Amino acid sequence: MRAPDAILPLRAEGLGFAAGGVAVLHDVSLTLAAGPPTLILGPNGAGKSVLLRLLHGLLAPSAGAVRWGGPAADPRRHQAMVFQRPVLLRRSVLANLRYPLALAGLDRAEQDRRAAEALALVGLAPLADRPARKLSGGEQQRLALARAAALRPEVLFLDEPCASLDPAATGAVEQIIQALAARGTKLVMTTHDLGQARRLAGEIAFLHRGRLLEHTPAARFFAGPATAEAAAFLRGELIW
Amino acid sequence: MNDLHSAVAQAISLVAAADPTLAQIVLLSLRVSLTAVLLAALVGLPLGALLAVARFPGRGAVVAMLNALMGLPPVVAGLLIYLLLSRAGPLGALGLLFTPTAMIIAQAVLVAPILAALTRQVMEGLWEEYAEQLRSFGASPARAVPTLLWDGRFALLTVLLAGFGRASAEVGAVMIVGGNIEGFTRVMTTAIALETSKGDLPLALALGLVLMTIVLAVNALAQGLRDRGLRLA
Repeated sequence: MRAPDAILPLRAEGLGFAAGGVAVLHDVSLTLAAGPPTLILGPNGAGKSVLLRLLHGLLAPSAGAVRWGGPAADPRRHQAMVFQRPVLLRRSVLANLRYPLALAGLDRAEQDRRAAEALALVGLAPLADRPARKLSGGEQQRLALARAAALRPEVLFLDEPCASLDPAATGAVEQIIQALAARGTKLVMTTHDLGQARRLAGEIAFLHRGRLLEHTPAARFFAGPATAEAAAFLRGELIW
Repeated sequence: MNDLHSAVAQAISLVAAADPTLAQIVLLSLRVSLTAVLLAALVGLPLGALLAVARFPGRGAVVAMLNALMGLPPVVAGLLIYLLLSRAGPLGALGLLFTPTAMIIAQAVLVAPILAALTRQVMEGLWEEYAEQLRSFGASPARAVPTLLWDGRFALLTVLLAGFGRASAEVGAVMIVGGNIEGFTRVMTTAIALETSKGDLPLALALGLVLMTIVLAVNALAQGLRDRGLRLA
């Protein structure tokens, strides 16, 4: 069912990032291919969000490079990102959905078609005309997901999308995420929630103090991590 | 004390009777100041928003200069436009000096930096919130400007109000480039200054009352729009 790859595989080569003279990420190399979700796991401050922003192109690496291997001329148009705190425009739900579609150059009919489809996906169709910022926290995050999904990205980056949500809202968001994965979107998501990683991950990238310690299939990672740090993290010990 | 009493009474009757001289002065004032704010907004709002999103060497100096220009004395703005428009000036051939158009230009020059500086402040906060998301959507900073202006529209009402307050209250610029010609370029502030110095307190007071009422009404309207907008968005 999946369209052929336009931008994948994604190769990070020796990525480093320093902010204000402090190194946040050291020499991270990994390849992400189409397939089940990649969960970037690690304690707070490990550099997960920075890695995600480097891969998406929101930050420029201070060392190394991000390379998209697919044939698409403009990789930017085939990715989207959802942030920990949804950034919604001060407009209606529908206008929020249309905004990036208009930027992408889609005509009004196509914008409306995709917006309706995305609203149905996240169950917000009855709220289409409501001001987006009056929605509840969970609804706001579902709208942010719908907005990203409407762009039909090949790769969707998710930065701790459930970090400020209650369990019910988290469940709703995870369901949407799984639906997107099922229709062939490559998900790259950070979390520090082990339970969530177990529920969603196809493969795990484990970060610790700015270094990529492991990048393995989820089943193998949870059965027996290769590094002492990952083992301690899995046991629920406080590592940082 | 009696003088003041009778002056107030006469002022109220002038307003109540919609005295034609008074009405003409009031209407000209509104036309000049509203047009000036509109023109200043066309330049000042996009400029302020652009300054909020753009990063370039010397940006700090530009921001500081803009902030300083907020305090531009009206008489100085008037003098600059006077020099431009006077017969010997570069735009003298247009014959605009001592016309309402000259007054509009002078007030627009006075108000534009205020609108730009305040817009930059408002938009900078919004941009901080939106920047990553808009860049993720592939929006360039220039494309972000209309987005920010639209999403900050209710805060911008307050900015426009500050501009209108400045324009409608100033005397110096319109006095210099308009000349306070009766029936042609006389506005509320210049009339108040003149009538006071002539000792015609009732007309001056009546104009003062109208000016205060207009400023209050415009503020109330903007406040109402803003509250309504914030409830809805």
